[in-house]
Amino acid sequence: METKSLILLEQFCTLLNAEPAFIFALQEYELVEIIEIEATQYLPEEQLSEVEKMLRLHYDLNINLEGIDAVTSLLKQISNLQQELLAVKNKLNLYEAM
Amino acid sequence: MDFIDYYKLLGLPKTASEKDIKAAYRKLARKYHPDLNPNNKESERKFKEINEANEVLSDPEKRKKYDKYGKDWQHADEIEKSRQQQQSQRNTGRQQSSEGYSGDFSDFFESMFENQAGPRGRQTRFKGQDLNAELQLDLKDVYVSQKQTLTVNGKNIRLTIPAGVENGQTIKIPGHGAPGANGGPNGDLYITFSIADHPKFKREGSNLYANVEIDLYTALLGGNTTVDTLDGQVKLKVVPETQSGTKVKLKGKGFPVYKKDGEFGDLYITYQVKLPTKLSEQETALFVELAKIRNHGN
Repeated sequence: METKSLILLEQFCTLLNAEPAFIFALQEYELVEIIEIEATQYLPEEQLSEVEKMLRLHYDLNINLEGIDAVTSLLKQISNLQQELLAVKNKLNLYEAM
Repeated sequence: MDFIDYYKLLGLPKTASEKDIKAAYRKLARKYHPDLNPNNKESERKFKEINEANEVLSDPEKRKKYDKYGKDWQHADEIEKSRQQQQSQRNTGRQQSSEGYSGDFSDFFESMFENQAGPRGRQTRFKGQDLNAELQLDLKDVYVSQKQTLTVNGKNIRLTIPAGVENGQTIKIPGHGAPGANGGPNGDLYITFSIADHPKFKREGSNLYANVEIDLYTALLGGNTTVDTLDGQVKLKVVPETQSGTKVKLKGKGFPVYKKDGEFGDLYITYQVKLPTKLSEQETALFVELAKIRNHGN
């Protein structure tokens, strides 16, 4: 059975000086997944770096939820395009070497 | 470290109000924030500079010192003290030279702002610097997953290199970069794989391409040839009248598909027919004969 590491949401918010309401708002925008077990909320560990990034965008740059949603989507697109560019570069190298 | 003109950096005149400074900082922070410019070292450097500028100019006390002493502003207290001492020494008729100050600006700056709250009352925590490393490998090295131990900044990092990793692909190892500031998280370590070209195989994604020479007689009359793959040798049947440039696909004999265990691409073989050289008289005569037969036939 696959095990999933979970972080207590309350502890996460305390350590990062974040408001739980903000994390719940991110959930409403489907930007994070909150897992509830016996009335306690948790964040999956693999989401931590993404959530921290969203907190920085909000608190450091005053970007609102709509902005975070748009930025996250654009960053994903950039990452996909970078992967595609890499594949195309490798393909080009292949033909140049022939 | 070179002196940085904080006003120039934020694009402001020295008479700028607190509101102007805040607005200019916000604008530039949005432009250069590392989260919005992933893997961009220049933006990261610029972001640190504008943060320094904001930390100084948004604090009236520090700004006053900066305006008065410029590049030596961080030693303002020491300079004042030294001046007062010199003044009192002059008054008593004694002369003594003041000491020069040296030291790294950023280190000083970091210690100065340690544990201080940011402008919003929320302590500005900086993620540590991301580190980049390049790992040079051969094509055969990434044909199977393998574990390696790398030493980065004196720390040993155990790393599993997944089979099928691409040339130029970067993997992130979270938390193995430089330590964060003000309790911020450690930076990440980015390892870029540089995969050297293989003398026999060209790679495109999970497919491999290779040229295989066959002699004229095998090409004309058919036969068998042995082909190298990364997995060992395979025997191939060459059909009669195979042309130079004919392609053959060996299914599943290519490269492993990244992070898909047991899945492999294909190996494409291109036959190159090698013509015989240094023909003997008898061979030449026979080829002439063959040419005549072919011309008659056509």
